[in-house]
Amino acid sequence: MNSQLPIKQSFTKESLKKQFRLSEFLAEKFITSIAFLSIATIFLIFIFVFKESLPLFSLGKSDHAKTEIHASTADKPESYGPSSEELKPESYGADTSQELKPESYGAETTEELKPETYGTEPASKDDLKPESYGDTPKEDLSVPPTDETESTASQSEEGSGKIWGTFFSTEWVPVSDNPRYGLIGLLIGTLKVTIIAMLIAGPLAVLAALFTSCFASKRTKEIIKPIIEMLAAFPSVVIGFFALMVLASFFQDVFGYDSRLNAFIGGVAMALAAIPIIYTISEDALASVPKTYTEASLALGASKWQTAFFVTLPAATPGIFAALLLGVGRVFGETMIALMATGNAALLSANPFESVRTFAATIGSEMAETVFGETHYSVLFFIGALLFVFSFALNAVAEFYVKGKLLKKFQGK
Amino acid sequence: MDKVINESENHFFSSKKNTAEIKGKIFTGITQLAVILIIAVLFIILGIIVYQGRSKFSWEFISTFPTNGMTEGGIFPALIGTFILVIVMSLAAVPFGTITALYLTEYAYEDSKFAAAVRFSVRTLAVVPSIIFGLFGLGFFIQFVGAGADTVFNDGELRWGQPNILWASLTMSLLTLPVIIVSVEESLKTIPRELREASLALGATKWQTIRKVILPESISGIMTGTILAVSRGAGEVAPILFTGAAYYLATLPGSLSDQFMNLGYHIYIMSTQSSDVEKTMPIQFATTLVLLILTLSLNIVAVIIRARIRRTAK
Repeated sequence: MNSQLPIKQSFTKESLKKQFRLSEFLAEKFITSIAFLSIATIFLIFIFVFKESLPLFSLGKSDHAKTEIHASTADKPESYGPSSEELKPESYGADTSQELKPESYGAETTEELKPETYGTEPASKDDLKPESYGDTPKEDLSVPPTDETESTASQSEEGSGKIWGTFFSTEWVPVSDNPRYGLIGLLIGTLKVTIIAMLIAGPLAVLAALFTSCFASKRTKEIIKPIIEMLAAFPSVVIGFFALMVLASFFQDVFGYDSRLNAFIGGVAMALAAIPIIYTISEDALASVPKTYTEASLALGASKWQTAFFVTLPAATPGIFAALLLGVGRVFGETMIALMATGNAALLSANPFESVRTFAATIGSEMAETVFGETHYSVLFFIGALLFVFSFALNAVAEFYVKGKLLKKFQGK
Repeated sequence: MDKVINESENHFFSSKKNTAEIKGKIFTGITQLAVILIIAVLFIILGIIVYQGRSKFSWEFISTFPTNGMTEGGIFPALIGTFILVIVMSLAAVPFGTITALYLTEYAYEDSKFAAAVRFSVRTLAVVPSIIFGLFGLGFFIQFVGAGADTVFNDGELRWGQPNILWASLTMSLLTLPVIIVSVEESLKTIPRELREASLALGATKWQTIRKVILPESISGIMTGTILAVSRGAGEVAPILFTGAAYYLATLPGSLSDQFMNLGYHIYIMSTQSSDVEKTMPIQFATTLVLLILTLSLNIVAVIIRARIRRTAK
């Protein structure tokens, strides 16, 4: 353009260097920091869901091995009721209880002592509700009381020990004079529904994906895929409603069981929610199997179905596994369907036609009734934290382990 | 002799082939059956809800308030509440989602650890159970941000530190963020490299390129993401269970600090906690029908736009 400028000099190393522009710099930093927000959100979710359940931990930082002992012993002595009531207010402040812990937990046996020491020493206290303890199912009562030390120091952790102890019992009675938070019953309910749902959704979705990617013509594929994926657009409350109103009555007529809403109905409805997820991801996995695989198989004389079942399907196993994992994650945390279709009674039985209660449904149905800062409130948040950690772990496994394996396989390493 | 052997061999092979063929048909048939079953169930659900809901479904039903203890009347406030929810949610989620997608496609280096972490978080956000978002909304937005704002600005008077439409919308926007990010990212990837290079070669800076070339090109992707997010947000109930949804309100929400009614929540309470479930059955089905029409039509629009993007990319 300008002939006065000697060209040679204008293209020195310095001038070719990227010019620093403030607006560019700011734009990049701004965009990066917004992107950081999604990471921050994950942390925030964990911190804040966990934070609300912290009172449980400041009540008693007992490890899990210990809490099983609590479970057995917490039921016995009568003096638990009054003492725990006294302790609750102060233990939320988390001052005295924490100081006491190191001593009392140093001696492994303090918990086991309680039946003796508390039964005899503060006999004046046991006036409120002695009988309510008897009905908690005792799981492992075999631990015998052995040592006699520091019995007074352990007073404060009774409240905590009791809550933690009841986690491993089977009864979920959060609202009573003697609240019990038996997570085992909820866990079994959740597992039952998850297993039923996955037994239905897993095979159906994977087979449908196999058909779409291996047998269907391109035209059919273009019709099938959006339709099945449309199932993902059904809100879970709609599926839950359908299960509650239509499926429940229908299956009751067919099988003739007693409780109209049960684990089976919930499982079927959740399968409907899980199918599109499993289908989409396994279809992707099947479609990403290199063409050379199928061509080699066909060239060797295998028929189309043999190729599909014995070459494509095994090759895509890691991806399908990931799909199933994410399906489990979806079913495990599904709230509305569980609330509406499972009956919401934490019964302990292997019968799939009994009502169950899942973790997510428990949070959903009881959170509105709890008071901020109450133990029940903290326990519900603790369940939430468990659910979050579980789904996080599932996703991490699906992401790193499975996809890494898949990639390695296809790159022939 | 020779011939006999040949024949038997032929026979042997052909019979094997026959069984293989039959087997193949069975296996293929099973997969076909799975597809048919899924699609049939889908249409059965649709059919039953349309059939049961059509009697009550009318303009009047959509535009009137529930009356007589929610056993009669329409769903107008629930519909409006849902609209406000998704609008506020989109206002929050779309800019953040778009910018995150821009970072992932335009700024992140190929092997950047940070970008990998962002991607992982986005996928994690997509699989976290929706009830956890509800808990987070309660713990973070209401108890922490809201209550904090109240103590600072309102002298402890309770205004923001309770469930309301703003916190519900923000909670929902976190839930729908991955939906937007994924579809914007997808559309950004279909923009040809040449467009960017041409812009840069003409002397535009990176930010100018993004603003003047890339964003206009990705409008349809942003729209798809928004529509999908709205469809998702309109249907989710678990996150708003304790962040702002109300059982019944006689008036429409007047400000962001009010509670609101919501279609999905309405279905839930009507079918489980209503005083007379049998009597309100038509209302429940009609409400479900409205919600389903809303989410499905939005989804179909998104699918069409997306198909168009893909076609032009090819």
